[in-house]
Amino acid sequence: MWDYSEKVKEHFYNPRNAGATEGANATGDVGSLSCGDALRLTLKVDPESEVILDAGFQTFGCGSAIASSSALTEIIKGMTVDEALNVSNQDIADYLDGLPPEKMHCSVMGREALQAAVADYRGEEWSDDHEEGALICKCFAVDAVMIADTIRANSLRTVEEVINYTKAGGGCSSCHEGIEEILASVLEEQGEVYDPAATAAPAPQPAAGGLTTLQRIRRIETAIESIRPQLQMDKGDVELVDVSDDTVYVNMTGACSGCQMAAMTLNGIQQRIVEELGQFIKVSPASEQQKKAAMGG
Amino acid sequence: MQPIYLDNNATTRVDPKVVEAMLPYFSEQFGNPSSIHSFGDKVGRAIKQARRQIQTLLGAEYDSEIIFTSCGTESDSTAILSALRTQPERKEIITTVVEHTAVLTLCEYLEKDGYKVHYLKVDNKGRLDLEQYQALLSERVAIVSVMWANNETGTLFPVEQMAEMAHASGILFHTDAVQAVGKLPVDLKSSKIDMLSLSGHKLHAPKGIGVLYLRRGVRYRPLLRGGHQERGRRAGTESSASIVALGKAAELAMEHMEYENTFVAAMRDRLEEGILNAIPHCFVTGDTENRLPNTCNIAFEYIEGEAILMLLNKQGIAASSGSACTSGSLEPSHVMRAMELPYTAAHGSTRFSLSRYNTMEEVERVIGAVPAIVAQLRQLSPYWGDNGPVAEPEKAFAPTYA
Repeated sequence: MWDYSEKVKEHFYNPRNAGATEGANATGDVGSLSCGDALRLTLKVDPESEVILDAGFQTFGCGSAIASSSALTEIIKGMTVDEALNVSNQDIADYLDGLPPEKMHCSVMGREALQAAVADYRGEEWSDDHEEGALICKCFAVDAVMIADTIRANSLRTVEEVINYTKAGGGCSSCHEGIEEILASVLEEQGEVYDPAATAAPAPQPAAGGLTTLQRIRRIETAIESIRPQLQMDKGDVELVDVSDDTVYVNMTGACSGCQMAAMTLNGIQQRIVEELGQFIKVSPASEQQKKAAMGG
Repeated sequence: MQPIYLDNNATTRVDPKVVEAMLPYFSEQFGNPSSIHSFGDKVGRAIKQARRQIQTLLGAEYDSEIIFTSCGTESDSTAILSALRTQPERKEIITTVVEHTAVLTLCEYLEKDGYKVHYLKVDNKGRLDLEQYQALLSERVAIVSVMWANNETGTLFPVEQMAEMAHASGILFHTDAVQAVGKLPVDLKSSKIDMLSLSGHKLHAPKGIGVLYLRRGVRYRPLLRGGHQERGRRAGTESSASIVALGKAAELAMEHMEYENTFVAAMRDRLEEGILNAIPHCFVTGDTENRLPNTCNIAFEYIEGEAILMLLNKQGIAASSGSACTSGSLEPSHVMRAMELPYTAAHGSTRFSLSRYNTMEEVERVIGAVPAIVAQLRQLSPYWGDNGPVAEPEKAFAPTYA
């Protein structure tokens, strides 16, 4: 069974705002091809203030699709339409204390239903701007379409380049066979042959300290692994979410989540990673990254 | 509340008598059966007995036709790859669209190596077209691999007849029988089946033990080379405790064969009837005239399987689903797609698979629980109105897909 958070289960067993909204003046119908799930979001928007007075959902889908729909309606009620459009799929996932990587598309579907409903309210045509493929990299939730598009756009030739550009394959490395298959098929489209022995072009942004992005991620993981047993002894855990030039974003889970000592723990992790990398890097909770992203930072 | 386990096609509980039989082979009988001393000798004898017990269950002519492997998947791979190795001039394989992934994924991989794979289609009851099959039999085909019973619907394929047809064309025939063995009488010596895979944990033996039946005289190349175990046909130190367990499980399966086909079948029939009577807009998938005695697969329209399973699980009922969301891959069930079920039904398909450990009381409890669960989810469904599906559901709700 999926590793659903208590919050996901709670919203699935006791969904909020289920059913069609009475007096709705906006409807968004969207579905996710990869899963067959589909969602109808109905909104009642005050035409004067543009505040969402009420929201309701009808979902044909799995546990996390229903929970994501429920969470979405709770988040957006009381927001103005413009505020609601700033809600990201990550916000929906965070509201539910996270979703398994294979289930992140449920939160994406929620966000798309919202965009579609707002477009309907404004009398606009909504069209989906991304295509979703089979999930390849489960560590960083990267799908096949995203990998293929990036290979085409940047003329990539090796697994290492794919890791540098998309992060896919930069974690546990189990998906490298899948990445090689995508490389082979994209290169074949272009009349070329995939050569597993080709050497990677230098990373797009050579990281400080002479390490490639891949090498940095590996070292960061090594550092985190070395500290993990201590956290687990206290019934907590940490997971690597993202790495930027100067910051490592992590999620504190289990007993670490919400712990008074979380800040001190983060400092400890930071020190360990800095030692491993041989350069200064900041360790922040993943929620900081979304705040930054929301501000356009 | 006692939980109710109706997911026996996924795996089964190890029979307590099987556990009892295997335990000494972890402790006092720990020897390597290849050793000359007394520690090894007793284990060797126990394995010999297990081989005979499985020979009896399969109706094999010789006990040396039984090769112990680690699982059904290993047996499938060994069988198909051996047929290709021994007949390098033959570059085609015949299988079906509804095979288990153990066969399908291997076939897709072999396609990349230049093999041509013919996937036999099924109709909307999950049945094969034997004329289509006959037309594909040629001297280019190295092996036919067709499952005996489908894991999702329980539908049986006429593998004995298909083996005859393959044999008449001089083609090897393999069957993945992991769902059939132990539930149906099998008599390989009177058939033309050349190879058969079985898996211990589907018949109340532990996980991690399987068998490849290999008819005497069939040309063969091992997957694993090394020691002389299994007469050099599957190297690697024998998993003696598990082999003893599988032997005991085979013996118990023989004893319970009649019970499986009468009482277990009756429980399955009652479950099916009870659910169909209580719930509108649901139907049984697969070939109901011709299926395993323990399996029933019901498609509940307009709702999704994972949600059904989670609500069942909350009441202590374990089943499984052909919905996309319950598999790690997110691929909707290829079996439901092959039968061309509308997707509003395929996603709600739910499999109940029973065993001799279930009781009629449990069946009644499940019949009592399912209607409310289905109703609850339909309340949330955009395809469902106040008292039934909305008019023209697929037009009334036609979302933009991404």
